Amino acid sequence: MKKRTFLAGVAATALATAAFAGSHGDGPVKVGFVYVGPIGDGGWTYEHHQGLLAVEEAFGDKVETVYQENVPEGADAERAMTQMALQGADLIFTTSFGYMDPTINVASKFPNVKFEHATGYKRSDNVSTYSARFYEGRAVQGHIAGKMTKTNKIGYIASFPIPEVIRGINSAYIHAKKVNPDVEFSIVWAYTWFDPAKEADAAKALIENGADVILQHTDSTAPQAAAQTAGNVVTFGQASDMGEYAPFPRVSSIIDNWGPYYVQRVQAVMDGTWASVDTWDGIGPGMVGIGEISDAVPADVKAEAEALRDSLASGEYHAFTGPINKQDGSAWLAAGETADDGTLAGMNFYVEGITADIPN
Amino acid sequence: MDLSSINPILLIASLMVASTPILLAAIGEMVAEKSGVLNLGVEGMMIVGAICGFATAVETGSPFIGFIAAAAGGAILSLIFGFLTQYLLSNQVATGLALTLFGLGLSSLMGQSYVGIKPPATEKLDIPLLSDIPAIGPMLFNHDIWVYVSLALVAAVWAFLKYTRGGLILRAVGESHDAAHALGYNVIFVRLAAIAFGGACAGLGGAYLSLVRVPQWTEGMTAGAGWIALAIVVFASWRAGRVLLGAYLFGGITVLQLNLQAAGVAIPVELLSMSPYLITILVLVIISSDRNRAALNAPASLGRAFHASH
Repeated sequence: MKKRTFLAGVAATALATAAFAGSHGDGPVKVGFVYVGPIGDGGWTYEHHQGLLAVEEAFGDKVETVYQENVPEGADAERAMTQMALQGADLIFTTSFGYMDPTINVASKFPNVKFEHATGYKRSDNVSTYSARFYEGRAVQGHIAGKMTKTNKIGYIASFPIPEVIRGINSAYIHAKKVNPDVEFSIVWAYTWFDPAKEADAAKALIENGADVILQHTDSTAPQAAAQTAGNVVTFGQASDMGEYAPFPRVSSIIDNWGPYYVQRVQAVMDGTWASVDTWDGIGPGMVGIGEISDAVPADVKAEAEALRDSLASGEYHAFTGPINKQDGSAWLAAGETADDGTLAGMNFYVEGITADIPN
Repeated sequence: MDLSSINPILLIASLMVASTPILLAAIGEMVAEKSGVLNLGVEGMMIVGAICGFATAVETGSPFIGFIAAAAGGAILSLIFGFLTQYLLSNQVATGLALTLFGLGLSSLMGQSYVGIKPPATEKLDIPLLSDIPAIGPMLFNHDIWVYVSLALVAAVWAFLKYTRGGLILRAVGESHDAAHALGYNVIFVRLAAIAFGGACAGLGGAYLSLVRVPQWTEGMTAGAGWIALAIVVFASWRAGRVLLGAYLFGGITVLQLNLQAAGVAIPVELLSMSPYLITILVLVIISSDRNRAALNAPASLGRAFHASH
């Protein structure tokens, strides 16, 4: 056999296999995960990987999982997704905001493959979106931060100026301000989800500028280490518990819990009931967890924070309840009014009192 | 604009810390390139150094032994590259890229059980008298030993290349390996030594990240520092002094822009974020802009394979 015909034969067989696997008659359901960082980041990607493990645990042999780590947001993401779809994946979870357009593009080429995009807002017949109401957790953090700060300066390491991050800043600020009217936020944009050295530098810069509480919206534990070195700085675990820095500097955390959702969606594919939906769950349904509030927090503050958490979970209190003005002083929410999901999903403004500008 | 919250003493102190990993990696790569070897595996060697140093420091409790292990780890990895490119004559660019991928994978395998562990602290030197000088003391003379080692290395590399016979041989090998071979110098040995030195320096740079600057082990923690080091070598037109300038500019502006953001300075964040790349490239391009001299500085045999039978 000539080399070229041999190669063509191999390619044809591979394609046929892929097509066959794609139809998954009796074979296992193949689930793909695209990760923005390494699974050992101790934060965001780590928790998505815990979700993958939960899927394997729940379905055993009936499911086959593949994942790819460190996939950059952009053109390379399309390649990774296309590859998974060609390998016969039935369901692909793309777990970062920046995969939004790549997911839509690849999904249009593979109408029989189901896609689930985390934290985005673009859907189609075979693309669902899912996210967690992290801002509920930010409210609890803001409350504790406002009570714990002595310099009245709270540092915030932000990643990218997208609605999810801005919601977090606003929610934390509103609740910190509520318990401590003198509080000020200084916000540093790192323009990365994961770069331990840069996150550490950002934390140090904030600490050197007088912040004694650091909130982070980046994925590694580097800011926790920087706070620990500084000695008297409070931090919160982000995406994952980051419990190795408890009880101090890490006094509490927001924990993303994707497992139940992933299991439910894989089940839907198996049952043939999968449909494109938009899921946005908070503390109540358990998608957002509040990590244990450590004893470094005074008992009364801890009790208040837990009460806040419970009222957010029961739905009795909304983290964005008026009166709230926008940064420019114009009215946003009247007294008692709560924010609608549409505005929150596209949030591109700071609330009144934050002095910085949002980068474009 | 309120700059009062920025403390210049702390700023310069953190600038030096932030620049050291890139400086170490860049000065090592410069020596390798001066010998005519283009090793694109800096990122891979750095991260292997980071985990070797971290693991060893945790196991032995001594950061110093950790740094030594990091240098050894980086050097060993670089010698794989050396063997492939010098004896098997593989393509240097492809092999270097493969080395980076290999290093990233190997390090995350080695680091499995070290996530979330805190390393022993690297002591800061307390230099008598000098550390007590007001302002300048805490700024310049209150760092860990590796900051000074990196500066000493730059000076040593500069002197070695400029004044010693060994440096002359190294440069000869990098300029024209055939001529050096004809003169009786062992081209492959010189290159292997330069590659190993580059690997050891990259390893030290990685360990500085995982043991001092961050300090913890996280997968993929170099996050592109190795590529910055490579770029600095080129923009510095293969001169030790300019490598130092480039690394300090890059590290310094990174820290400065974060500080400006933290202080709430009204400069658009996008500009601040791109400033380290922009200013470093601009400055180095401008000082290296004398065409004739810049062209002289690029080693003529850079990236070319050598085979003695020619």
